[in-house]
Amino acid sequence: MDALLKVDRCTIRFGGLTAVSNFDMSIGNRELVGLIGPNGAGKTTVFNMITGVYQPTEGQIFLSGDRLNGLKPFNITAKGIARTFQNIRLFASLTVFDNVRAAFNLHLKHGPLHALTRGPKFKREEADIGAQAMDLLKIFNLDRFRDVMCKNLPYGDQRRLEIVRALATKPRMLLLDEPAAGMNPTEKGALMTLIEFIQEKFDISVLLVEHDMRVVMGICKRIYVLDYGITIAEGPPDEIRRNPKVIQAYLGE
Amino acid sequence: MSRARTILGIFLLFLFLFALTGERPFASHLAYYYDILINIGINVILAVSLNLVNGYTGQFSLGHAGFMAVGAYAAGSWSEHLSPGLVNFLAGSNGVLTFVLQPFPFLQPFAFPTAVADNLALIVATMFGGLLAALAGLAVGIPSLRLRGDYLAIVTLGFGEIIRTLILNIDFLGAARGMSVTGRYTNMFWTFGFAAVAIYVVLGLVNSTYGRGFLTVRDDEVAAEAMGINTTKYKVIAFVVGAFFAGTAGSLFAHYAGFLTPEGFNFFKSVDVVVMVILGGMGSTTGVILAAALLTILPEVLRALAHTDFVPAAQKAIEGVIPIHLPPLQGLLENRLILYSLLLIIMMLTRPQGLFGDLAGSRKRVTSSASK
Ligand SMILES: Nc1ncnc2c1ncn2[C@@H]1O[C@H](COP(=O)(O)OP(=O)(O)OP(=O)(O)O)[C@@H](O)[C@H]1O
Ligand SMILES: [Mg+2]
Repeated sequence: MDALLKVDRCTIRFGGLTAVSNFDMSIGNRELVGLIGPNGAGKTTVFNMITGVYQPTEGQIFLSGDRLNGLKPFNITAKGIARTFQNIRLFASLTVFDNVRAAFNLHLKHGPLHALTRGPKFKREEADIGAQAMDLLKIFNLDRFRDVMCKNLPYGDQRRLEIVRALATKPRMLLLDEPAAGMNPTEKGALMTLIEFIQEKFDISVLLVEHDMRVVMGICKRIYVLDYGITIAEGPPDEIRRNPKVIQAYLGE
Repeated sequence: MSRARTILGIFLLFLFLFALTGERPFASHLAYYYDILINIGINVILAVSLNLVNGYTGQFSLGHAGFMAVGAYAAGSWSEHLSPGLVNFLAGSNGVLTFVLQPFPFLQPFAFPTAVADNLALIVATMFGGLLAALAGLAVGIPSLRLRGDYLAIVTLGFGEIIRTLILNIDFLGAARGMSVTGRYTNMFWTFGFAAVAIYVVLGLVNSTYGRGFLTVRDDEVAAEAMGINTTKYKVIAFVVGAFFAGTAGSLFAHYAGFLTPEGFNFFKSVDVVVMVILGGMGSTTGVILAAALLTILPEVLRALAHTDFVPAAQKAIEGVIPIHLPPLQGLLENRLILYSLLLIIMMLTRPQGLFGDLAGSRKRVTSSASK
């Protein structure tokens, strides 16, 4: 098992609908992989299976050899998978800073009693979390929004804040669901650089779902293509671009 | 922060001296105001603790009166039946303390003065009531917190009714006759002392990285789980802490009123507290405290108003002008539920975020099970 993430013949059915069938995927350490497909192909469903939101009807999922089936989403995050959402799901009543700080919950050494006694250990940990959160925000140039309610951020910044929040859980594998959606071409270009930067700086693997071909083809080393829940192609961008099945799936849209 | 602490400290010290020295003004003209103040304290405890569940954690519980009942009856029976035996065992004429102190006759004058003993009895009973209520919270919370929104409201409402029906059928607790609690120990100090503790606990929890978990559960459960937050655990903790303080409020009430009836803890009592939380602004402790005080005082003011000569005169005057038969205005003024509906309507129209809340519509977002 040298793959970081391994999805082994996973199928998921919702009633009569087979949303994803016999899906295989293997992602190594420090890989940047793309997952594409027309609308409704099952990309988000794959994310939801990997992160425990849905349980696969058949098949297994492993992270560094640990089986993830049956675990709750928060357990899976604790094992090292973090994600963003296709339709932004920030904590609407919290500030930018607090959204990030909330994601440190997982690594907390203090519990409810420490929060009440507020001893030196608690204060040190809170200060430490605050500093780490600020560092992350600075990297993404969001520190100037520290005390802004996250719902008041510009759209593109909300997307980037979601990435910061996911990184705060200290993942080994980051799943990004259409991070470029709603961004203009300049922002998209910046995002491409950012994703590559994150991959290197945090030394993690990234699985990217994205409709914008320029973004996916530009940064992913390997791409999986889903159509109606079935994997129709897998390989490096150049091959995918020329694959007749892929062209067919996208043109037939 | 430290100045607030100093002020709070001085306030509590003042109350403490008052509690030890001041007799409770049973029959004086002050009794009525004392009564209202104690009720404010009890309602603050109830509202602040329910706010942890309904406001900060976003779970809609309608069972707070049930937990209050558990605390009231548990603490009441502790003081009536269990504690006297225990005290006798420890400090009675043949008790452990006497036995231990026997070789040291010079220590005996240091027996507890009554004022101290009464205060001690109240704390112990209140902790007992709180703990039993917390246990009830755990028992109800674990199975029912899988439910969302309206379903949780219905289950907790059912729980409250079950508790009431159980008490009605337990002879030991006085059933429908009611139960008297002879030790009327509750005083201003402990009422506001427990209120201060409830406020401190809720604010202390919420203002920490640990406690931010409660808020994330309210904002978006799916996202919270995806950030590694065990949402079930947070809901259960909110429920248990909320129930604990409802129980302490119950005990303070029991040792103040001196008499408990199951009807005192019916559905409408839960509604009272929910209205305080909504009016104060879900998730704003300051707002909820003010709303608790306001909703304790306002019915009293309206009742006083209803009994002035002005009201029947006004009714006659109106009926003289418009030839319709109005419902008795006096009754309208005394009806709490009408007051609540009016207040809530006015609030929804003018300040939907609550008196002090800044979390407009935070409950609007009942997370969908599907996650895109
Ligand atoms: N909870 C669910 N219940 C029933 N059907 C579902 C559920 N979740 C997803 N589906 C179905 O599964 C299929 C795949 O949906 P999914 O959201 O994974 O597509 P997608 O590839 O992410 O599409 P898009 O590009 O539009 O985001 C769709 O037909 C969708 O209707
Ligand atoms: Mg999708």
